[in-house]
Amino acid sequence: MPREPLQFESRVERLSILDEDGKADEELVPEIPDDLLVRGYRTMVKARRFDQRRLKLQRSGRIGTFAPVNGQEAAQVGTISALDETDWFVPSYRETAAHFWRGTDPKDILLYDAGYNEGGALAEDSRTLPLAVPVGTQMLHAVGIVHAARLLGEEEIAMTYFGDGATSQGDFHEAMNFASVFDCPVVFVCQNNQYAISVPRSRQTRSETLAQKAIAYGVTGIQVDGNDIFACHVAAREAVDRARNESRPTLIECVTYRLEMHTTADDPSRYRDEEEVAKWRQRDPIERFGKWLMARGLVDDKGIERMEEEITDEIQAAWKATEARIETLKDVGPMFDHVFAELTPELARQRARMQDGHSPGGWKDG
Amino acid sequence: MAELTMVEAINLALAEEMRRDERVVILGEDVGVDGGIFRVTKDLIEEFGEERVIDTPLAESGIMGVSVGMAMRGLRPVPEMQFSGFSYLGFHQIESHLSRMRWRTQGGRQVPVVVRMPYGAGVRALEHHSESREVFYTHMPGIKLVVPSGPRAARTLLVAAIRDPDPVVFFEPKALYRAFREEVSDEEDEPITIGKAMIRRDGTDLTLVAYGAMLPRAMEAAKTLADGGIEAEVIDLLTLSPLDHEAIAASVRRTGRCVVVHEAPLSYGPGAEIAARVMEGAFLKLQAPVMRVTGPDVNVPYFAREQLYLPDAERIADACRATMNY
Repeated sequence: MPREPLQFESRVERLSILDEDGKADEELVPEIPDDLLVRGYRTMVKARRFDQRRLKLQRSGRIGTFAPVNGQEAAQVGTISALDETDWFVPSYRETAAHFWRGTDPKDILLYDAGYNEGGALAEDSRTLPLAVPVGTQMLHAVGIVHAARLLGEEEIAMTYFGDGATSQGDFHEAMNFASVFDCPVVFVCQNNQYAISVPRSRQTRSETLAQKAIAYGVTGIQVDGNDIFACHVAAREAVDRARNESRPTLIECVTYRLEMHTTADDPSRYRDEEEVAKWRQRDPIERFGKWLMARGLVDDKGIERMEEEITDEIQAAWKATEARIETLKDVGPMFDHVFAELTPELARQRARMQDGHSPGGWKDG
Repeated sequence: MAELTMVEAINLALAEEMRRDERVVILGEDVGVDGGIFRVTKDLIEEFGEERVIDTPLAESGIMGVSVGMAMRGLRPVPEMQFSGFSYLGFHQIESHLSRMRWRTQGGRQVPVVVRMPYGAGVRALEHHSESREVFYTHMPGIKLVVPSGPRAARTLLVAAIRDPDPVVFFEPKALYRAFREEVSDEEDEPITIGKAMIRRDGTDLTLVAYGAMLPRAMEAAKTLADGGIEAEVIDLLTLSPLDHEAIAASVRRTGRCVVVHEAPLSYGPGAEIAARVMEGAFLKLQAPVMRVTGPDVNVPYFAREQLYLPDAERIADACRATMNY
């Protein structure tokens, strides 16, 4: 036969477990201990409240631009909760909820948001990497990390996060390709939140789904309801198992929605109408999970009220501590720290000049 | 002692460091089975295996980004950009992550990556294979950039770069890859200190600053000048960033005159930085403006004219005489 359809394996499914009304297909609900279910819910609520507080701090000029997570809590907590502490979390810049699950201190995030490098300080043994601002670049780091671990005789896996816009970047292609060619155990979590700032998903690609992009790399892809914490978790768990047991990557597309602005510097009313946003508010990931938890008797109104109070206090305490720390960080010197392992004579000279109130350049006595 | 070309000297340094430190790995396009298109990594895959000499997909950003990740997990990757003219696809990873990871994490992660890349004109290559764009990398805080000027320097400088805790861009003057041989010790040589220039020729009349493929041409010019009674002190920079400007200024304070040679274009080139440093460190001793002998502000022409583009000994000597007669 001169011409026939190409035959190749295509394993791309769609998964949805918990619907908008908080009703689940109970057969598909994963086994999760009750305390972890409540912890997941609390993490989602905390991330949302943290954003609300940060927005006030930003609008009053006390912190700078940040990227709100609002609407994407299930996509983050559902996936990150499939990792062990010893696995690697390689984030983009909007993964506050996932950071909270991993134990990142809100004080560090606030210090970073307030414009201090010290907020990004990382413990040497930390497997939670700092946020990466340039879109899509961090996926390659995840590939390099697990590949290096293997060469060092360790089996480690990584989960890396990015958005729908990042799938248009060359680094997405290069990372998926490297990971597949080198059998790297990386879980690629795409939070398809429908917009890359103002540009809609339809302008990023004519591909019907983002999940199907996995096919071209010989990688397993899956699309999930990204506002459904169970679907996200099940897909992530399967991907983590595949990484651990088969040392193979997976692409997960979490179909979700950014309910707020891209960053606080953005005005979404320029590119989308309230009707569309309202439609997605009906699919709120926190509300539907809360309903399910209530129906199961795992939380009640009183408990949620207490939880909200605790979270408010926690965030307030974190901001107070951040404000106090900021008072100790006014010197010009720290910008020179950690440029190199050791301060070069030239940088030492520039620092000394600036500390004396001069420009970094110049000459002795000048 | 063996007489080695620069290609052989770099190969020797790579093999030595890979034997000494299991964390050193090589990755890039054609670096494994092929041994690199210039044969710099020849036979290394046989000794160290394909896990440590990694043939990658053809993707410079991928090579650089994966190297950043490998370094964060404790390896010492030595990626090869096949030509510096192809490194721009990896530039983003170098600028946005490699140069900043230590700073971003406040010392929590180091990324001791050595990015090797052949640069420069003079081998009759195709377009994009002959540029000298070192300033792209010298302008990046957090990156060190070194350029050897001969086989012996290449060997010891690469050893120093691989042992350095910071990311280093290692510019290889491909015109010198097989231009001449030098005696290279069989024993481990003392690594060159990164950040230190060397005086290759003593002189009292003017300071001639060069590096990489221009160093032999500067030395040749100095010889010609000596025949005419002008004694040039030749400084081989070896490290462009951080620049050893004190060594240059100290020399100019003795000689009162300075000529800088590079094959990169004139404007905003390393010569501009060096001239400013000479102003700061030797202004009252200067008897003439700093002269720059460089490529013009054009792309390297196709190879029929590349030698016309490049500074040669005659052009360098001419500039030195003009400086003496100022």
